[in-house]
Amino acid sequence: MNGERVARPNPLRRAYVKARALCAASLANMLEYRAEIYLWVLASVLPLILLGVWARAAESGAYPRSSVEFIRYFLCVFVVRQFSFIWVIWEFEELVVSGNLSHQLLQPLNPVWRFLASHASERLVRLPLVAAVLGLCFWFYPRALWLPRASDVLAATALLLLAFGARFLLQYMMSMLAFWSERAAAIEELWFVVHLFLSGLIAPLDVYPESVRRLTELTPFPYLIYHPVNLLLGRGAPFERAALVLAGWGGLAFVLQRWLWKRGLERYSSMGS
Amino acid sequence: MAAISVRELSKSYRIAVKRPGLRGALGYLLRREQREIAAVQSVSFEVAPGEIVGFLGANGAGKTTTLKMLTGLIRPSAGQAIVAGQVPFERKRAFLESITLVMGQKQQLIWDLPALDSLKVNAAVYEIAPREAERRIGELAEMLDVSDQLTQPVRKLSLGERMKCELLAALLHRPRILLLDEPTLGLDVNAQDAMRRFLREYNQRHGATVLLTSHYMADITALCARVLLIHEGKLVYDGSLAGLVERFAPYRQVRLELARAVEASELRRFGELETLDGLSAVLIVERARLTETVARVLSELKPRDLGVSDPPVERVVGKLFLERDLAAKLAPQSGPGGSQ
Repeated sequence: MNGERVARPNPLRRAYVKARALCAASLANMLEYRAEIYLWVLASVLPLILLGVWARAAESGAYPRSSVEFIRYFLCVFVVRQFSFIWVIWEFEELVVSGNLSHQLLQPLNPVWRFLASHASERLVRLPLVAAVLGLCFWFYPRALWLPRASDVLAATALLLLAFGARFLLQYMMSMLAFWSERAAAIEELWFVVHLFLSGLIAPLDVYPESVRRLTELTPFPYLIYHPVNLLLGRGAPFERAALVLAGWGGLAFVLQRWLWKRGLERYSSMGS
Repeated sequence: MAAISVRELSKSYRIAVKRPGLRGALGYLLRREQREIAAVQSVSFEVAPGEIVGFLGANGAGKTTTLKMLTGLIRPSAGQAIVAGQVPFERKRAFLESITLVMGQKQQLIWDLPALDSLKVNAAVYEIAPREAERRIGELAEMLDVSDQLTQPVRKLSLGERMKCELLAALLHRPRILLLDEPTLGLDVNAQDAMRRFLREYNQRHGATVLLTSHYMADITALCARVLLIHEGKLVYDGSLAGLVERFAPYRQVRLELARAVEASELRRFGELETLDGLSAVLIVERARLTETVARVLSELKPRDLGVSDPPVERVVGKLFLERDLAAKLAPQSGPGGSQ
């Protein structure tokens, strides 16, 4: 290749230029699909439905949280879930099955950066509607309105970023199955069932028996929703353990992904790509 | 050093054999039967820097598989390919920056955004400085005549405009080697012509090496002095296009302007009747019998005018593709680079 380039010796600058271009294009693309993204947001109102159920149940006093605490909990679940939702497996599967992965393989950039840019920009597009839904909920439940401490928001954001990273790596690793099966995304359905029960999506984990809770703490699930939500609510969370567990799962997923990627490319090649 | 060097390159696939119906589906669950397909068999050739070479073959002959091995998308089962001095399947940065693959049926541009957005991403990915990228986009857009289309969403472009933008995106990093798989597929005649002019100009301006597959013989005749013919995975001809016609078209076209109406059956006595339209007829006559046949036609039919020419290349190649035992026929006479 001929011609002038950006400063070669500065890898950080080069990475920044690429990230900016990828994010700008992804954001522009996501804005084109804003209606679809807003429908996804509206389709993820399960926590808002559970909010009503648990708030009423808590009035009996049989649970460790009050009615207002349950409302706040599920409002936070709604918000946290918007940012921890990963869909790379569907996109990757489509690229492999259609053969369109070939174009990405011919460029000197690992396809994962495009997926990450898409995920990041899609979160930004979600923001206005998430804020609107949240505003509407506080209008319905004014007694639940509260302002989390800045330090709690910061800690929850940090944990959420870690959780996003681990969850992305885990799903990206599972995406590699698309090299062997045309319906690799089906594995995500199985994941979702476990996620539903162990992440705190349908109930705060403190309503579960202690033995179950202790077991879940070794899995990545409670750190995806339950613990970030608790941080936002000012209830604290085992941050060091969360970082350790998420790093462990993320690291394992990364190693497996690299292994599957190499074998998968051989397989993709033998499929005729 | 050759831009592309291929030695005994082979690729075989294992494909599942599944019988139709419920019985077949159940049987497949219990016992999986597989068959090995030799898509490319011991293909060898070299392409010099700056050369434009046409890659011909019927559907399933092995053209695309070979191109994909040359781009590193497919790992060869045997043999070796060196492209731009690199082993393709290793996909090193230097290699990826040196080549491009344009597939007429696949697209890399982001569908809902203007092509310019995709071009900016490509410029960043290939680490082309913004000002240089702008200059190259301007130059290529002018050559391709798509300057006004770059700001329109890709989905709103016509097929021809889209293909031109695809080509622009594929060439932004100024690759030294262009591998083009049906780049004019589905385009109208004008768009095909514009694409050919562009490729010729790009090749002359940048000295790029081009390996091109196409079903449109006009692409080949307009661009390629040299062609490779692949048949059932084997390279059966490597030489000039004229040589291909000469060798594989042992017949001539005899055009007649008749003085009177003649029945088709009467004309068929002289050779294969290609067309009969009023008093105009075209016969296909074996080269060995040409003199004798022309003499008979002149004496028996007394035509107003008679002309002899080579048949169109597409007809020659079309007939070649229909030859089932082409490889066997050619085996003693041809080899890579040695069949002219």
